[in-house]
Amino acid sequence: MRFGVIVFPGSNCDHDAFYAVGTNLGQPVEYIWHDSSTLGAVDAVILPGGFAYGDYLRCGAIAKFSPVMKAVRRFAADGGLVLGVCNGFQILVEAGLLPGALIRNRGLKFICREVRLTVETADSPFTSAGRKGQTLRLPIAHGEGCYFADERTLDELEAEDRVAFRYDGNPNGSLRDIAGILSRERNVMGMMPHPERATEPLMGSSDGLTVFQSMLGAAVRV
Amino acid sequence: MSIAITPELVAQHQLSPEEYRKIVDILGREPSYTELGIFSVMWSEHCSYKSSRLHLKKLPTTGKLVVQGPGENAGIIDIGGGYVIAFKIESHNHPSFIEPFQGAATGVGGILRDIFTMGARPIAVLDSLRFGRLDDPQTGPRNRRILSGVVAGIAHYGNCFGVPTVGGECIFEPCYDGNPLVNVFALGVCRKEDVFYAKAAGAGNPVIYVGARTGRDGIHGASMASAEFTEESKQKRPNVQVGDPFMEKLLMEACLEAMQTGAIVGIQDMGAAGLTCSTCEMGSRGGVGIEIELDRVPQRETGMTSYEIMLSESQERMLLVADKGREEEVYRVFRKWGLEAVEIGVVTSDGKMRVKQHGLTVAEIPARELADEAPLYDRPHTKPLCGAGASASQPPGPTGESACPTLPITVQDALPALLASPDTCSKRWIWEQYDYQVRTNTIAGPERTDAAIVRIKETGASVAMSLDGNGRYSYLSPREGAQLAVAECCRNLSTVGAEPVAATNCLNFGNPERPEIMAQLVEAIEGMADACRFFDTPITGGNVSLYNETLGEGIFPTPVLGIVGLLKTAAPVTIPFKNAGRAVVLLGGIGGCEETRFGGTAYAKEILKQLWGMPPALDLEREKRVQSAIREIVAAGLAESAHDLADGGLAVALAECSFGAAGIGAEIDIASDLRPEMLAFHEGPSRILISTAHPGKVAAIAGKHGIEAPVVGVTIEKGMEIRQRAVTLGSWDIATLKAAYHGALESYVR
Repeated sequence: MRFGVIVFPGSNCDHDAFYAVGTNLGQPVEYIWHDSSTLGAVDAVILPGGFAYGDYLRCGAIAKFSPVMKAVRRFAADGGLVLGVCNGFQILVEAGLLPGALIRNRGLKFICREVRLTVETADSPFTSAGRKGQTLRLPIAHGEGCYFADERTLDELEAEDRVAFRYDGNPNGSLRDIAGILSRERNVMGMMPHPERATEPLMGSSDGLTVFQSMLGAAVRV
Repeated sequence: MSIAITPELVAQHQLSPEEYRKIVDILGREPSYTELGIFSVMWSEHCSYKSSRLHLKKLPTTGKLVVQGPGENAGIIDIGGGYVIAFKIESHNHPSFIEPFQGAATGVGGILRDIFTMGARPIAVLDSLRFGRLDDPQTGPRNRRILSGVVAGIAHYGNCFGVPTVGGECIFEPCYDGNPLVNVFALGVCRKEDVFYAKAAGAGNPVIYVGARTGRDGIHGASMASAEFTEESKQKRPNVQVGDPFMEKLLMEACLEAMQTGAIVGIQDMGAAGLTCSTCEMGSRGGVGIEIELDRVPQRETGMTSYEIMLSESQERMLLVADKGREEEVYRVFRKWGLEAVEIGVVTSDGKMRVKQHGLTVAEIPARELADEAPLYDRPHTKPLCGAGASASQPPGPTGESACPTLPITVQDALPALLASPDTCSKRWIWEQYDYQVRTNTIAGPERTDAAIVRIKETGASVAMSLDGNGRYSYLSPREGAQLAVAECCRNLSTVGAEPVAATNCLNFGNPERPEIMAQLVEAIEGMADACRFFDTPITGGNVSLYNETLGEGIFPTPVLGIVGLLKTAAPVTIPFKNAGRAVVLLGGIGGCEETRFGGTAYAKEILKQLWGMPPALDLEREKRVQSAIREIVAAGLAESAHDLADGGLAVALAECSFGAAGIGAEIDIASDLRPEMLAFHEGPSRILISTAHPGKVAAIAGKHGIEAPVVGVTIEKGMEIRQRAVTLGSWDIATLKAAYHGALESYVR
């Protein structure tokens, strides 16, 4: 399975995603520059963490206008797998590929720590290697990771089984403890915790592999 | 534009009449206003080290792994496998007092540029911070604001740039009330053949400006950092620069990529003294001249004078020299990253730094004399200011031979109080605001081990780093305080199994024109030199920050050491106990402590509220043997946990070992006749607490190194107890201690 890692000028987890997928998952992977209007021959796309264009405005507010995001939209519409992590999640909601918004953490401080997540659904190409109710240990590192949406949207997400992960011990004030969500077609996922930072024992946890192995499994099934 | 150069104007530029005469000698004429400004920043204490240079020469700077010592933007060490590391520590004390958030943020920016200017990608940052007391009714609110601002500034810059902040230290003392210390250490890695130097060469080669535009911010920042603070300093806010970490990230990526083209001859960042410093230093190092035209310098504001452009300290700017004819290769890379790159001048063969504006020469100064012939002072130094009475804000305390006062407080009660004190408590509130994991190289981040560890994915090796400086020790004895800092750093590294290899230093002192302060500086440098020579950790670069005084009140002399060590990449031996039923070994033994050596401890500070005598006694030979022993023990996989005894001594170390997720504690019994509070809290160095399933093997290794390694107790499922010859000194519930330890800082900040 060929992965593409989107590189905005301010992406800073691009190397980490590349390493997780390339070395720890052992899959071919390439970088895709932000002004590229095509994605090439990739089977899945990762929007990594960072500060895409500085994020001095609203996180992801400028990134959604970048040429590569047009390509990502088309790719998603065609059923391609798109994973947005941290800043990548922020960009996906700004781009309208996922509902809701990510606002400043309750407490208004950047938080870097390991959190526990509960897998809320195993019915997705990003979580199928896990099981519902399973606990994963993954790090978070963000200042604007409080998931926010109106009640109707939240109800809809739950009714359609689109909450992928919830925090066990909410670190940032996210509504209904939401840490990651799926698109209606379930081929786009955004999550604030960093699965790529937990892909080998030396990183302190390998639980993030669940996400990448699920993606790999989905590709094999297709 | 002709502004008359009057003695008043010269004095305003903090140049002495003698210094001014030297300028006239070098030029053979009176300087122009712009030239006066240029000399004033280059010859400021901050840029020229004029008070410290003479003594800095005493430091060891060479060694078998040293690729580059002091004199470049950062020191470089060979780590094997074809790779090198570049690292340095730098202060941003004065700006951080005036504007904490931007002052600290740009401090991070400055040191990061120093690293990637050398061709190395930054992979770790650590910070050493000092603030005034948070709970002081008068100054507390301001100190809390400074702390919050500094931490947020470091977080803002490092997190966005994408470098992990993996460790550091933070201490609170009244002497830092009007003068916080913000020392930032950064370390980067690159292939050995990819190292770049800040040297111009090749007459006719283009001089290219890249990065952010030049504005009026930061003018005279270097001079500001070379004077004491007064009431007027608050007017100096415009002297503090504003940082843009996103721009810095672009600049790093573009510079590293442009270096790969092979078209770059030399490169230097514009930090203190901006365009002035980068042009004359690059020319001086290369033995050439540089001519620039200011009209071509990208400017953020209109109508800037040559004086302002030359002295601006706008951030995120670089100056580079490219091979003539290959400029386009360089421009292409900068365009890709959306950065401005403009040819502003040319390398010349006449050794002059020539500055033109609108075609007219506004400054023409021999580069070497400007950069390297700054005045050098052998400032008078007497007996260092030591002991009580140095500063009115310090609590009065007995000095010299006085005895340790006895208070009706038990070890049982003192430990929780100490664990909740600002210096000793967990600094999680600070480091959770830093992304300490980005780049997925962090093997051991904050408070997991005694030294932070970052792996080099390319080589299978890891780098361990530790910062240490103890102002109280150094105040009691600058010489011993500096040696203790070197020993502590090396011990931290050894405790994780790393071999210490090289050091960088940040010397934070008061006004060197006061002989007793100058004496502190001289003695600290000499002590540090001896210890670094002894541990074979040459100093490859660093920073001196003087005039850390506010309204005539100086800080404790605060020499901060940053030492790096090398080890194989592997799962680290961390601080917490892992399993019950393991032997607890005190490598190095309980040691002794005279009363005069107890006055600089955390216990004396927090419980007795006093400061007296001398710092803990250090036996360098013994320290080295303890460190060899622990490295061997760790390498043999015999230690399940390891933690050195530092602030708060045995009791605090034991508590910290008990704060792991598993909740494993220990009961220990010490066969010693020391007074109970000394047994529990003395800070004698050269001691490490480990838990092991193989006490016999540990004892054998210790014995081989001539070190005692008594089994003092055993790890247990629950609770923690310290006994002295079977008499209980204290018995605690770990959850209660842990809550005090982890919750304290947040409660102070709130």
